Amino acid sequence: MLGLNRKDTAILLVVAALAIFAPIILNLFPARSELAFFNAGYPDLMQRFVIFGIFAIGFNILFGLTGYLSFGHAAFLGVGSYAAVWMFKLLNYNVVPAILLSIVVAGLFSVVIGWISLRRSGIYFSILTLAFAEMSYRLAYSVLTPLTNGETGLQVYTDDPQVLMQAGGHIVPHLFGLEMRAREVIDVGPWQFVFPVGYYLCAILMLVSFYISIRIFRSPFGLMLRAIKSNQTRMTYTGLNPKPYTLAAFVISGMYAGLAGGLLASMDPLAGAERMQWTASGEVVIMTILGGAGTLIGPILGAGTIKYLENVFSKMNEGLLHKWFAFLPDWVESPVIWVVSKFTGEGWHLMLGGLFMLVIIALPGGLVEGGQRIMRLFGRKPKAETRTSTEPAE
Amino acid sequence: MTKTTLSRRGVLKSGAVAGAGLALPTIFTASSAAAFTNEPTGGTVTLGFNVPQSGPYADEGADELRAFELAVEHLNGEGGGGMMNTFSSKALKGNGIMGKKVQYVTGDTQTKSDAARASAKSMIEKDGAIMISGGSSSGVAVAVQGLCQEAGVIFMAGLTHSNDTTGKDKKANGFRHFFNAYMSAAALAPVLEKLYGTDRQAYHLTADYTWGWTQQESIQAATEAMGWKTVNNVLTPLAQTDFSSYIAPVINSGADVLVLNHYGGNMVNSLTNAVQFGLREKQVNGKNFEIVVPLYSELMAKGAGQNIKGIVGSQNWDWKLEDDGTKAFVKAFGEKYGFPPSQAAQTCYAQTLLYADAVERAGSFNPCAVGEALAGYEFDGLGNGPTLYRADDHQCFKDVLVVRGAENPQDEFHLVEIVEVTPVEQVTYDPEHPMFAGGNLGECNPGA
Repeated sequence: MLGLNRKDTAILLVVAALAIFAPIILNLFPARSELAFFNAGYPDLMQRFVIFGIFAIGFNILFGLTGYLSFGHAAFLGVGSYAAVWMFKLLNYNVVPAILLSIVVAGLFSVVIGWISLRRSGIYFSILTLAFAEMSYRLAYSVLTPLTNGETGLQVYTDDPQVLMQAGGHIVPHLFGLEMRAREVIDVGPWQFVFPVGYYLCAILMLVSFYISIRIFRSPFGLMLRAIKSNQTRMTYTGLNPKPYTLAAFVISGMYAGLAGGLLASMDPLAGAERMQWTASGEVVIMTILGGAGTLIGPILGAGTIKYLENVFSKMNEGLLHKWFAFLPDWVESPVIWVVSKFTGEGWHLMLGGLFMLVIIALPGGLVEGGQRIMRLFGRKPKAETRTSTEPAE
Repeated sequence: MTKTTLSRRGVLKSGAVAGAGLALPTIFTASSAAAFTNEPTGGTVTLGFNVPQSGPYADEGADELRAFELAVEHLNGEGGGGMMNTFSSKALKGNGIMGKKVQYVTGDTQTKSDAARASAKSMIEKDGAIMISGGSSSGVAVAVQGLCQEAGVIFMAGLTHSNDTTGKDKKANGFRHFFNAYMSAAALAPVLEKLYGTDRQAYHLTADYTWGWTQQESIQAATEAMGWKTVNNVLTPLAQTDFSSYIAPVINSGADVLVLNHYGGNMVNSLTNAVQFGLREKQVNGKNFEIVVPLYSELMAKGAGQNIKGIVGSQNWDWKLEDDGTKAFVKAFGEKYGFPPSQAAQTCYAQTLLYADAVERAGSFNPCAVGEALAGYEFDGLGNGPTLYRADDHQCFKDVLVVRGAENPQDEFHLVEIVEVTPVEQVTYDPEHPMFAGGNLGECNPGA
């Protein structure tokens, strides 16, 4: 279908099904039960899942295929967000110009940074991108305050020009009148499912991005990128210039990041400078590696895992832990809570770090490799095709 | 480069898929039976406490959380009742809010606008929080206040000192009990004049973000009005930990007063650096060199240790005040946690009680009704003396404390001594004052 082979069509359909039914899949537990704490099916988190999925898919085109490890991709995400919010400020709350401009601006920005950074490879490339991103962050945080509103973050104010805004127009981001925050809530017995408009817009764009990414992976262009990763010197000796290919990959992944940034701003019209900080750049690297670099579906899994940990585990406070472990005798409860609290609440980073180390050491191919091992365990030998399409990063 | 295989059938098929995808969201439109966002229906009501648990203001965040927990206990009729006994309004009965037991959820703002909004959103969307409170930085407070306005819940600001929170960025759904930079400056100026005279050259080091700027602007305006001159104002990044390179130029600038517009860990570091450079022993222009820290707190004093001695600043509240409200609060807090509360704790505790009380008086959780009950409300007994929640900008007006680092503290809880209680009249300003102008409360938004 759509120019894909059977195997890739299956992957695309699985991702599509997951995206469409996410509001149901993520709200496994009835709304009023104790376990509802672990539900992730609320609009903001679902949107983050797919938006960071897009970000990681784009990052994977650069890192997974060419092996160039960029430590500054958050800069493109941030630039995209700022572009989108400026569109809201200048035109009106329609998300279409905002998203388009965010892709274009991030693309231009990545041409400049890519053109300079790609003069070097390996660790030097990583450091250069890191430096550029940190520079962008510092600029956005203080120097360029008139443009970015500094620490407070760029917001839309009622006295902004908004030239296309009509009287009584929408005052929240919308797609030709369809408000992003609109949602349908359906109660099925004790369960409650929320179907937000904003989420579905993000999900559709994520599927489009994913489809394009598959096409790139399977194209001759993708093959060139892989060639750069396996042996750039040999490629040069055969008379091919790798520079245009790497730059193209860099710009494409920058545009993906811009799209993600534009969508973040469309879901919540605020752009903060922290989006460009090096920790944010590191996050997408961790997402991609955690899920499985160089695999199609890995980045999406990684993005989902990290956002889930960040938003759900960081909210486990000690009061909650006391409630859960109340059945234990006191002398057991206190040490148990002491240990668990180090990994939850404000300690969720420790949890993430532990998980990351576990994956790197035990499953170098990321969560995708974990999935494959489980499949093998149940006796379903993966076909030769599967192995080529989900070969982990070297 | 990519081989394209466009067939008529393929195009039709992809067109159909795309069309179906585009049509999908139109099935879902906004509709809800509730009158306002997160109307509590069962026997409980959920409040969201969004505080920094990591990052530079984690100490303040931890103390805020303690205060919130204490307030919830008192609202539910557990513990001694604390300031509920001294509060001028007697609407709260210790049976929750309007008979509903109070529950709470917590989140980590990480002192980042983005993270704070994500955390507040999950409280509103997932946990059904009807009110969000907390915050230890003005950037975060402004961002979360904007979110609460959009979502249609009440925001009871915690520790936010910037003029913008109830100035340029004020919102109908947002309320601030804490004082602001203008009030600090108005309270400090007369004391500075008394202590250091009218002929002074001030050098400002300012944290480079909203709060720092408004604080610096306010102090500069107030000190210049009494005859001081401003030599220079240098902006420092929020993440800065070593201020040596910023302190060195002060020595040769001809200034005889250093104003540190820093807060939290920033202030601890910059003050320590300044003292290490021997600024306090210096004589410039025939006068002793002085350091001023406009916004003070016990937690910062603890961090700065010996260096804080004799340094003047302002506070919203201090546990050593002698009124009944303060005594009741310090007793309840001390019994539960074993040490006295910080001003961050007091403002968060007061905000929680004020919200609960407003709901009781309004007879509804509807944010518009609650907002109406809070606006223009006069109360007493929450530790700050008679206080007014001004309707024009949702800012509390009350006395401001001018404090000084104690020379010989008896223990780590007596690091700060009160110099003067500046009466409310002296710190009151017009809502259209140039430092606050440009904002618009807008309409209250009940959401849904």
